[in-house]
Amino acid sequence: MAMRLLQQGRRVELSKDANVSERLLMCGNEALAEAAILAGCDAYFGYPITPQNEVTAYMSRRMPEEGRVFLQCESELAAINMVFGASATGKRAMTSSSSPGISLMQEGISYLSGAELPAVVVNVMRGGPGLGNIAPSQGDYFQATRGGGHGDYRTIVLGPSSVQELVDCMLLAFDLADQYRMTVVVLADGILGQMMEPIVFEKKPGRKLPPKDWALTGAKDRPQNIVRSLWLGEGVLEKLNYKLQKKYEQVQKNEVLCEQYALDDAEIIVVAYGVAARIVRGAVNKARQEGIKVGWIRPITLWPFPTEQISKAANEFRIFLVVEMSLGQMVEDVKLAISGKAPVVFYGRPGGGVPTIDEILDKIKQLTIAAKT
Amino acid sequence: MKTVFAKTATLKDCPTHYCPGCGHGIAHRLIAETIDELGIHDCTIGIAPVGCAVLAYNYLDVDMIEVAHGRAPAVATGMKRTNPDKIIFSYQGDGDLAAIGTGEIIHAAHRGEQITVIFINNAVFGMTGGQMAPTTVLGQVTATTQKGRDAACEGYPLQISELLAVLPGAIYIERCSVYNPAQIRKAKKAIKHAFELQIDGAQGLSLVEVLSPCPTYWRMTPAKAMEWIEKEMTKVFPLGCLKDVT
Repeated sequence: MAMRLLQQGRRVELSKDANVSERLLMCGNEALAEAAILAGCDAYFGYPITPQNEVTAYMSRRMPEEGRVFLQCESELAAINMVFGASATGKRAMTSSSSPGISLMQEGISYLSGAELPAVVVNVMRGGPGLGNIAPSQGDYFQATRGGGHGDYRTIVLGPSSVQELVDCMLLAFDLADQYRMTVVVLADGILGQMMEPIVFEKKPGRKLPPKDWALTGAKDRPQNIVRSLWLGEGVLEKLNYKLQKKYEQVQKNEVLCEQYALDDAEIIVVAYGVAARIVRGAVNKARQEGIKVGWIRPITLWPFPTEQISKAANEFRIFLVVEMSLGQMVEDVKLAISGKAPVVFYGRPGGGVPTIDEILDKIKQLTIAAKT
Repeated sequence: MKTVFAKTATLKDCPTHYCPGCGHGIAHRLIAETIDELGIHDCTIGIAPVGCAVLAYNYLDVDMIEVAHGRAPAVATGMKRTNPDKIIFSYQGDGDLAAIGTGEIIHAAHRGEQITVIFINNAVFGMTGGQMAPTTVLGQVTATTQKGRDAACEGYPLQISELLAVLPGAIYIERCSVYNPAQIRKAKKAIKHAFELQIDGAQGLSLVEVLSPCPTYWRMTPAKAMEWIEKEMTKVFPLGCLKDVT
């Protein structure tokens, strides 16, 4: 199929019969922005930070073209609170940022969670801690999958590993946010944001979503609606927390996504997500060519985590290798899933370091030797 | 018997949690009356702050949201930009607006957001126990300025309304009080004007600052607190219209 670069000023058009676009070459940041528009995002609020500036620039052009809201805010604090305001009125709202900016948004994400408002937050991760650098990283896994802000809550976290999957995750994110009234974090990184890949935009039939009867639209012919997260009465907040927990259990039951490859005869299973998983795929393919029995599991939802899938794959004859662009964060979830049934080894590079195929292949080979001795 | 005064519809019929002599109740009433007189109940969304007025939605019978400390102008921006047909107002105290939320109010005004802000200045953090606010006057004793606010150490009272009035995006800024019936009537007029500007689609932010009593943390009787506003607070925060470009 022919593939072309989306020209500045052109819109992505979907075919009328199949709801699919032609094949386009786009960078991740622009593709995710266009996907948000396709998903019906009513408002985008953002603040400049590298390596996600293409999202803000793209939205500044495209959102007004669609008659929707774009606003460059004075801070990430303001951005997430503008999302809070727009979402409270029933609109689909999003923001995007990179690691340090996402830290600033944690207050807002906690309030969104307490008030049960839907929101989509894209984190194009960079190296940290602190100002860190602008190189790709997976150092925000803990922050994203553990809630990130104060209080007892969860966010849904999607970890795409290609520009196409980033597009698909954006379309899914808005539906998940509305269905569960939760914040959905799309966890990308500097490589995914900057990298250009061929993609198609495909609008699949949407989920059946609950009505937003809680939204603030003006108390016309109905009692007042209140969006709040303060519950002072004795036991009231505890009840809300149990209610949230039930919702989170539903998410864990219904929404896990992961990819598995060549597990049947595998003696070594590599677990990785996002861009790290792409490198792992290269290493696994090379190892297979050399006759090494290795497979892989790639979590797409980082929360809910594919605990069951990993647990099922674990037995005493297998070694697990977890590869991350950090000093080891998801590895803790893998260990929890495996629960001592198999050894877990970690390989990672922090601070913008990106493991190479050969580094991972070496690690796999070392494990093969270890398994035999 | 002829009824000469009655509670307005948008003010709920319920007991108050505010302390005796607190000014929030008066300010709530003025807003509720304004909403009813302007006929905007069905399209108004209010924003409650963090502070004593966090429960404003218990008294004001319109759609309302409770937001993080100081962030109301950002939340209001998100609402108004996506719902230009709605009337959006925030209700914020001086801790909320003049301390932690300084960035949000200045930038909302700077962008000329078409929202209405009711800014209640009682010169202390009320809900947390009467600590110093940026608006605390020099010499004023609070939980965190126990020998009185000293400019050398804690700086000077922050006059937010004067700061905002210089911004082109702020179209109406007025400082009022509620220390006597005449002032309450003036405050009502100002609040109504601020809402009317938004209804008319005026291009900018309107803010009414209300000097309001906190007898509990000023350690005064309600009557004495009203007197203190008139005699002391208005020296630092002079009443009047700071800007009206309409």
